[in-house]
Amino acid sequence: MKSNSSNKPLNSKPSLRVKAMTIASLLSTPSELTDTASSKCPIVLMTRIRLARNLAGRSFPGWSREAQRAEVLEVCREALAGTTPMKRSVKAAVSELTDLQKQILVERHLISRELSGSKEGAGMVINKDQTVSVMINEEDHLRIQVLRAGFQLKKAWNVINALDSELEERLDYAYSPQLGYLTACPTNLGTGMRASAMMHLPALVISGQMEKVVRAVNQLGMVVRGLFGEGSDASGSIFQISNQTTLGESEEEIIKRLGSVLESIIEHELNARAKLLETDAPKLYDKIGRAYGILQNSHLLTSTEAMNLLSLLRLGIDLSVFPEDSRTVIDRLFIEAQPGHIQNTAQHDLESVQRDVLRANKLRTEFATFAKPAFTINGQN
Amino acid sequence: MASPLKCDLCSNQATVHLTQIVNNKVHKVDLCESCAQAKGVTDPSGFSLADLLLKASLNPENAASDARCEQCGFTQNDFKKHGRFGCPQCYETFSTLVEPMLDNMHKGTAHTGKVPQKSLERKTLHDRLNGLESDLDEAVKTERFEDAARYRDEIQQLKQTFEQQAKPAR
Repeated sequence: MKSNSSNKPLNSKPSLRVKAMTIASLLSTPSELTDTASSKCPIVLMTRIRLARNLAGRSFPGWSREAQRAEVLEVCREALAGTTPMKRSVKAAVSELTDLQKQILVERHLISRELSGSKEGAGMVINKDQTVSVMINEEDHLRIQVLRAGFQLKKAWNVINALDSELEERLDYAYSPQLGYLTACPTNLGTGMRASAMMHLPALVISGQMEKVVRAVNQLGMVVRGLFGEGSDASGSIFQISNQTTLGESEEEIIKRLGSVLESIIEHELNARAKLLETDAPKLYDKIGRAYGILQNSHLLTSTEAMNLLSLLRLGIDLSVFPEDSRTVIDRLFIEAQPGHIQNTAQHDLESVQRDVLRANKLRTEFATFAKPAFTINGQN
Repeated sequence: MASPLKCDLCSNQATVHLTQIVNNKVHKVDLCESCAQAKGVTDPSGFSLADLLLKASLNPENAASDARCEQCGFTQNDFKKHGRFGCPQCYETFSTLVEPMLDNMHKGTAHTGKVPQKSLERKTLHDRLNGLESDLDEAVKTERFEDAARYRDEIQQLKQTFEQQAKPAR
């Protein structure tokens, strides 16, 4: 590589710097979650599908030596580089990224917390619009993920299925006719697929029905988790619902079953909303109105409070209190109000209180020009 | 009743027979008197058959427990510690451990989803190539030169197929 930066002899690893920069520029590019207005819809914030894949004849990442992991990283990156969805993509090793960059990627659901904490040999390839991300040497050699705003299970499946087929032309997958795709953990055997939807269920939370829903969903073989997966809380009334089992059913069957569970949750949420409006509209409108007031006027906001306020405004949009097209703003802020994203707008490291100030500032600015609420349903005013 | 059943944990005659239905699936365990006592099955204050099934497969006296994965050196103890396997080969090495687990873990025990067709075709070709190469060696050693020539031609042909496949699709 020819170097023009000979005036910087101290920088012994120029390539690392270039890659870190690339992730930085990726983070400032418009993305599916923060900027796609077309597919925004009530209740389902986004749809994700991930496939766990491993290379035949190689130890799983958790049982590999560093050199083996490095080799897998190289082989996978090379195979990915030639695929259609990854033509315009950014690749990076976890070790090349700053803690902040990793945190931002986690907040955008592009990498897992587990990957961000992993050691040598772990990496990622993320396409430009941030709809496709592949984690390398997380729990499995490959964790392929496709993410779409809105409720788009089939579309996400078509994209990830095509990418997986392209990869399989280049890589020898670990596979057994009986057990399907072989994964480090037996809970992922078979299809290696986890399909999920991020759902906004404020009315079910307000009316205290969430526990009942979780139980029913579990009985149908699906799992309910918080916004950031296992063990995370459900701030903003956002829940992630996904299939629990991966073996014994085809991908299409799993997707169909998940789809119908999601449809029925949507129905329950809509019913709960109708009920709230019918029985106690002033109380519901009061919540939404106050949330609007706080977002316009507060000077200190924690991320949990911000999520909860934004959640109420999203509910307001679904109830036609605010115009449809403002949904994109809320969904973008759901991500941009996260701690890593707030920190990223500052020049130096912030204490959490300083972040709360900055978050409140940002939201005040955003909501200064936000549409005024119109509480006109059922003659209420 | 037909021939006497053997205990799942040791090889004595089983006298305690348990049936449990989990997820609409019937699970059966047969134990001898002493194993049943040792595992607390006779204790009515509750025990989990699933636990027992898992423990039975993890039992140190069990035949598979000494097994070490040839590919990666992983042992059953490692699985108990990590809850993850060492490599794809482990699923064959520890199949007696895996099979009872799957019943409770998944909707079924056989894969019915996507098949990596290209990957498998490539593997079949590789296996055939390896077979032919050892056939060729054998034929040369035993001076069956006509056979050797035939093997050589087949190998040539296979290698050509490989090269064509290796070319990018687009």
